[in-house]
Amino acid sequence: MRIMTAFDPVSAAIGGALIGLSAALLMLLTGRIAGISGILAGCLSLAGGDWGWRAAFILGLVVAPLTGGIAGYALTEPRMPESWAVVVIAGLLVGFGTRLGGGCTSGHGICGVSRFSPRSLTATAVFFVTAIVVVAITRHGLGG
Amino acid sequence: MMAIIASLVCGLIFGWGLLISGMVQPAKVLAFLDIFGDWDPSLAVTMVAALVVSSMGFALARRREGPYLAPQSFWPSASSIDRPLVIGAVLFGIGWGLSGLCPGPALENLTTLSPRLLVFVAAMIAGMLLQDWWQRRTASQARREADAALAPADG
Repeated sequence: MRIMTAFDPVSAAIGGALIGLSAALLMLLTGRIAGISGILAGCLSLAGGDWGWRAAFILGLVVAPLTGGIAGYALTEPRMPESWAVVVIAGLLVGFGTRLGGGCTSGHGICGVSRFSPRSLTATAVFFVTAIVVVAITRHGLGG
Repeated sequence: MMAIIASLVCGLIFGWGLLISGMVQPAKVLAFLDIFGDWDPSLAVTMVAALVVSSMGFALARRREGPYLAPQSFWPSASSIDRPLVIGAVLFGIGWGLSGLCPGPALENLTTLSPRLLVFVAAMIAGMLLQDWWQRRTASQARREADAALAPADG
């Protein structure tokens, strides 16, 4: 199921700048870290009482493609693993792992790294290297 | 109320960023992680651009007493590089490598109503709840053991 995607540095940079802007604005305006796994987990424990801003952030994220379509950036059906077992296992690992490690690509990878947090730099290096190894194994077999 | 509206706008901007960069597509992310295949360096460009903007914003936020629309800032306080951090990052990395999805893009894809994506998000939420339950359990167990160790042997 290998498909080629084109390297498009301009879109990649504009999109990245917007992600960074979102993280910067959330901290400057509301004092919160834009870590998606943490925001979602906080939403799940409704007892906390501060789920309003979390739900609002996630709502914005979910409806963004509906507005992005106007600018010609429509959402296409995501290409998912063929096997349902892999879908479930990957989902469980992403959920469990991001909570255990205290963050994901946004919380550690962007917010943490831009604060030069040694904890986030470590987590980011570990999940990037692990994911690269997993893709090397699943796409090219052991040892490539 | 203003803070909630600001959060909504930040969620929208984040979503547009994932959409424009293409990182909302798991195939695009996997093409970056596949360094032995037809490597697509886009994700590196996206990360660097995001880091440039967010680090400037954070530096600005650091110099202020607090945020504009809320009483206080919640800067992360944890600083230790411990086992849960590393094991959690490994588990997340495995799931990310298998699917090409991390939490942001997974949520942003919800409106496609792709059955596999919906199952992935349900499993991701189950994983989060499982971790929460497991952490509470080990914490209360550790407390009981500590209490037992402190209590005198004959009640």
